Amino acid sequence: MYRANILVCCGAECTANNAIQVYNTFEEQIKAYKLEKDVKVLKTSECLELCGNNEGVVVIVYPEGAYYVGVKPEDAKEIVSQHIIKGKIVKRLLKKEKEEAEVKSIEETNFFKKQKRVALKNSGLIDPENIDEYIARDGYQALGKVLTEMKPQDVIDLIKESGLRGRGGGGFPTGLKWEFAKKSQSDKKYVCCNADEGDPGAFMDRSVLEGDPHVLLEAMTIAAYSIGSDQGYIYVRAEYPVAVKRLNIAIEQSRKYGLLGKNILNTGFNFDIDIRLGAGAFVCGEETALMTSIEGKRGEPRPRPPFPAVKGLFGKPTILNNVETYANIPPIILFGAKWFSSMGTEKSKGTKVFALGGKIKNTGLVEIPMGTTLKDVIYDIGGGIPDGKKFKAAQTGGPSGGCIPASLIDIKIDYDNLVSIGSMMGSGGLIVMDEDNCMVDIAKFFLEFTVDESCGKCTPCRIGNKRMYEILDKITKGKAKMEDLDKLEELALYIKENSLCGLGQTAPNPILSTLRYFKDEYIAHIKEKRCPAGVCKQLLRYTILEDKCIGCTRCARNCPTNAISGEVKKPHFIDQEKCIKCGVCMKECKFQAIERK
Amino acid sequence: MITLKELSEIKERFIENGKKEQKINIVVGLATCGIAAGAKAVYNRLNEEVKARNLKNVDVKIAGCIGMCRLEPLVEVYVPGESKVTYVNVTEDNAAKIVNDHIVNGNIVTEMLVEKD
Ligand SMILES: Cc1cc2nc3c(=O)[nH]c(=O)nc-3n(C[C@H](O)[C@H](O)[C@H](O)COP(=O)(O)O)c2cc1C
Repeated sequence: MYRANILVCCGAECTANNAIQVYNTFEEQIKAYKLEKDVKVLKTSECLELCGNNEGVVVIVYPEGAYYVGVKPEDAKEIVSQHIIKGKIVKRLLKKEKEEAEVKSIEETNFFKKQKRVALKNSGLIDPENIDEYIARDGYQALGKVLTEMKPQDVIDLIKESGLRGRGGGGFPTGLKWEFAKKSQSDKKYVCCNADEGDPGAFMDRSVLEGDPHVLLEAMTIAAYSIGSDQGYIYVRAEYPVAVKRLNIAIEQSRKYGLLGKNILNTGFNFDIDIRLGAGAFVCGEETALMTSIEGKRGEPRPRPPFPAVKGLFGKPTILNNVETYANIPPIILFGAKWFSSMGTEKSKGTKVFALGGKIKNTGLVEIPMGTTLKDVIYDIGGGIPDGKKFKAAQTGGPSGGCIPASLIDIKIDYDNLVSIGSMMGSGGLIVMDEDNCMVDIAKFFLEFTVDESCGKCTPCRIGNKRMYEILDKITKGKAKMEDLDKLEELALYIKENSLCGLGQTAPNPILSTLRYFKDEYIAHIKEKRCPAGVCKQLLRYTILEDKCIGCTRCARNCPTNAISGEVKKPHFIDQEKCIKCGVCMKECKFQAIERK
Repeated sequence: MITLKELSEIKERFIENGKKEQKINIVVGLATCGIAAGAKAVYNRLNEEVKARNLKNVDVKIAGCIGMCRLEPLVEVYVPGESKVTYVNVTEDNAAKIVNDHIVNGNIVTEMLVEKD
């Protein structure tokens, strides 16, 4: 076994360029270094057909596979002394193949240029399983500053001044929440992190957990110091196994360095964090249900007040914040409240991460300054709608939110603007819809989710949502009457007002907002028995165009319900009673003789 | 237990070592989105390739998600003194090209870069 092989091309072209002399120089050099046992010099009789230019010889050195061109005898000496002896590839002799690329790194794309990365500043850049990489990027410096230079109240004042609001949905001012918990007198207090992320289509928290887990530990420790707590819990869904694994590694590493546990950074402050796994129920993301679940009980919400800052986990004062909220804390400590509040709008400071999904070219995670317009997000960052389709609406806030119609595309995204048009920020899911999406169907999709996820504790949510779902189902099947629309609206408002927790209180939002902006679509379903977007299957009608059908019988043979009949070489017919609208006939027909309306 | 001073020393040591070693880093996005798109196989393939070629100055590392799900698996190459290069939609089959063409022979694999948007 040789440590290295030097392959010298001795095809016609290279031989004419002194390949034999190059080969001999290699042999001499290897002998001179006494490397005959380690390095083998080979010559090919065939041309390697890789000629770069005509000035010299092609040489390939293995195991690296370095591919040298234009090699002259004196170059052979350099290849041996540099590459073979020192392991340094001789760059100037490598074959230069392509011209410079225009866009080399992802940061140079438009997708990145309009973003502002605060919460995601390390995600995708550092090794999440190596605490030293986090520390090298100023990790735990904020904690150090807090523990050695700041009083608890200073921290709270700074967070209040920054204007940071909760990123988990509600948008409650974070500093204020911490202040309430600080003021509550108790022998024990808790700091919790909501990493339940139950919103369908949202995955920004997962990205932080998997890409930058230490930021969470650092921020929770800062929170603990400011309210006077010594125990924290991260509530994360078991469906995030990679996140759980990396969190565990991070906690382990932090404890080893003494960044968690007793006497942190030799300041006398004690705090530790444990993970609690959720089973993936949406309602367990609601704060009171989450705490009940951590206590080991069935995850059901309870009425507030008392608020968790007064009576939370195990009946003790507790703060609960979202993953992304926490990810903003260390940068605020390090760069100051002014820096943070210089981003965003009057009442919504900083940035927000959105999970772009649906009918958009660049699906993925984007972090933008608050106040960026929806248009910028969809067209500049998101790359627009694929296949030249028209933008119809965007859904924010998932099952608790609402839609923003195309007419409002210039809206500046922040907490209050979204609420004012009947949607909400939510946790940051942003689903883009084009002209092929039926808005009634979308509302039905979200309602099906909330019906499934309702815990059943209170009646408006348990029964009311189910009734609303039934009405929507009737509408999409063309079986509803106009009175049903009034009933739907009445129920929606009632459920909003009377449900126990946020799940029920917001469940009607997708219906109310589609009713507000797309009532005509509801009416088309009811009055004309027509789905304008062509989505609701039951309202579709497949018919055969007599003048185009040549009677090949292909559709009839492929119809799974035998709904098509007709004689060979004569136009066929579809029996609407038997048709299940599967569309197979349309796909099979070679003559575009089948029409769907 | 480390002190604040030692924390800063860890930071400095890490940065110093990086400068001293002058290693080429190949970083694979190994978050759930990347893994679902096949990043683990890419990661393994890159490791095999670096080992087989006995490239001692190259480290294959992991990172989380950079946010461009559509283009996963994503591989970024950091050569000291050069600007970072991002490869997108990397597969088990073309991962070796990054090592052969770019790392060893200094030629960026242009066809695996993100398209200009
Ligand atoms: C049904 C329901 C589900 C929720 N799910 C989540 C969740 O998955 N993640 C989250 O951070 N907040 C969720 N929330 C909001 C939390 O109740 C709470 O407001 C939030 O965690 C507080 O943190 P923040 O102030 O940092 O946003 C949910 C609320 C409701 C009503």
